[in-house]
Amino acid sequence: MTTVNVNVHHLTRVEGHGNIVVDVKNGELLKCQLEIVEAPRFFEAMLRGRPYHEASHITSRICGICATGHATASLRATETALGVEVSEQTELLRKLLFHGEMIDSHVLHVYMLVAPDFLGVGSVLPLATSHPEVVHRALRIKKLSGDLCAMISGRHTHPIAMTVGGFTHLPTTKELLDMRERLVAAREDMDETLALLKQLPWPEFERETEYVSLQKEDEYAFIDGRVATSDGFVYEIPDYRRVTNEYLVPHSTAKHTKHNRESYMVGALARFNNNYDLLHPRAKAAAEELGMQPLVTNSFLNSAAQAVEMVHCVEDSIRLIDELVDRGIHEQPRYEFEGRGGEGVGSCDVPRGILFHNYVIDDEGKIQEANCIIPTGQNYANMEADMRALVPQILDRPQEEITHMMEMLIRAYDPCISCSTHFLDVEFV
Amino acid sequence: MAGNGKPKVAFFDFACCEGCQLTVVDALQTHLELVEMVEIVQFREAMSEKGQDYQIAFIEGSCTRKEDEERLRKIREQAAIVVALGACAHTGGVNALKNIQPSLVGVRQYVYGEKWEWYDSYPARPIEAVIPVDAVIPGCPIDRFEFLDVVKNVLLGKAPAIPDYPQCVDCKLKENVCLFDVGGTCLGPITRAGCGAICPTYGDGCEGCRGLIPNPNETAMKDVLAKAGLTVEELMSKMTIFNAYDPAQIGGEA
Repeated sequence: MTTVNVNVHHLTRVEGHGNIVVDVKNGELLKCQLEIVEAPRFFEAMLRGRPYHEASHITSRICGICATGHATASLRATETALGVEVSEQTELLRKLLFHGEMIDSHVLHVYMLVAPDFLGVGSVLPLATSHPEVVHRALRIKKLSGDLCAMISGRHTHPIAMTVGGFTHLPTTKELLDMRERLVAAREDMDETLALLKQLPWPEFERETEYVSLQKEDEYAFIDGRVATSDGFVYEIPDYRRVTNEYLVPHSTAKHTKHNRESYMVGALARFNNNYDLLHPRAKAAAEELGMQPLVTNSFLNSAAQAVEMVHCVEDSIRLIDELVDRGIHEQPRYEFEGRGGEGVGSCDVPRGILFHNYVIDDEGKIQEANCIIPTGQNYANMEADMRALVPQILDRPQEEITHMMEMLIRAYDPCISCSTHFLDVEFV
Repeated sequence: MAGNGKPKVAFFDFACCEGCQLTVVDALQTHLELVEMVEIVQFREAMSEKGQDYQIAFIEGSCTRKEDEERLRKIREQAAIVVALGACAHTGGVNALKNIQPSLVGVRQYVYGEKWEWYDSYPARPIEAVIPVDAVIPGCPIDRFEFLDVVKNVLLGKAPAIPDYPQCVDCKLKENVCLFDVGGTCLGPITRAGCGAICPTYGDGCEGCRGLIPNPNETAMKDVLAKAGLTVEELMSKMTIFNAYDPAQIGGEA
């Protein structure tokens, strides 16, 4: 009978510190866990007492990759709490900035963290010699998305010009038009990315789960909207706790989330499954090229869904720039605090999935309570459910290959462990 | 040095967002030749290899747990040169905001509820509070060009020099309108320069992420504040975003 012991200490090419533990004795799966060993940072507690306008700058420091996403969710929570209406220009600029971060994060994951698995190397570095065109393309796309973010907020990690009610700095029409030209030119790199992904031998693995994402009627949702699940549930954002239902399991102190099933999945694949109809036609064509139609139930294809979203974001960025240039960029009045606090929830679907920030602000403008629910935390239960489903299917393979498959599975979720660890109960074994 | 004559470099992270390491990756967009000049033997966020024979260690993040001290000491034993990468490693960064909450036990209970004791955490501190550090790259996040400059100096065997003058110098060179003149607040007059005054350039006041300059001109700062109708207390509260670490506080409480 099979005995397998997988123990990956400090999984690499992910953001943060996690261990994979799989223990199979005589063909029986005894243990299958993703342990999180990242040092907790306690952001929610640190926010208490800070002025409302510092929140987005402090919480962007939760994550170096999705700093803009955290800042946006934070601002939406604050703006909702204080009853701040933002202008259409601000909404357009935030969407454009968000696309920049989405492309930046996805290209990092697809090219630098995932592709080495398929090309048989330990990192992107050897590819600089063996596949220079691939590395140069990745760096080119990453520079484009980084420059897009910098044009609006000063830099990608950590955004500067985003503030309650709008921006402290605005891009010029010329900058927008120069960026538009580069985005149009990036279509070629998007085509090459799809051609590369098409060749990769994606592991075969199917396990349907519940997919949770933001949803809007008129656009592929990243900021605001409602919370929708593939099992047919829809909630308003302030009711987020009805979806996340954090709970403790008897054998682990890890706080997980679940909704209609034992676990749910958030991220690019969830958005793809829930909001496919609203993707840009070019992104739909990209999905077709990759052989993807909803419902996609192979978690490994989350990375492919990211590539589809990159195409969408490039196209939608071009559209947004056209709209912004058409309207003209205008200086707008700064928000002034009116001496009335309140409670607000902000939600964005950041690269790794749906994110919630919830603040209570007092009449002096200071934060009294804070709660943040992070995408990777919501995915842990689903990652473990996938691990439990996958291990028995590959038990006949050499242990080294099993280990590699488990690493690839967890990596496919693009986990942001340092993000999630600031908030979730985790078990130290 | 390695067999190929290239110095071996490793990257490590403690409590942080890994944004400084990402900035290192971003530096490759314009300076890919960097990977030709050194041999990177460990960089968990970006590669699977885990070589232990490095000479230069870049460390991102603060030390926030007793158990992490041992990991830091091991790195120090191995590396000839240790560089603190970014605000968390340099000043304690945002992690030290928890140090100034009324009680660290309260902080742990707020996030982890009744299981709070299961998660070890002590007051956040810069890595220099645990091990000697040879060079520092300040900032949250680091400035990629300053990173390149420090690497260049380290490879040439020189001690990297970081500016010891305030942000205002850079801000003036950029011809920015002073934020105090338009109703804003800025820590530029007392904060170490080197980032090109990027926050004021994008319309937001400096938040002091690069730390205090060695000899801040307190009198001049007070004058500026008085003119703007602000108090020292208001300004120093802002300074705590990245500079809440107080060595006097470190010692007992866990």
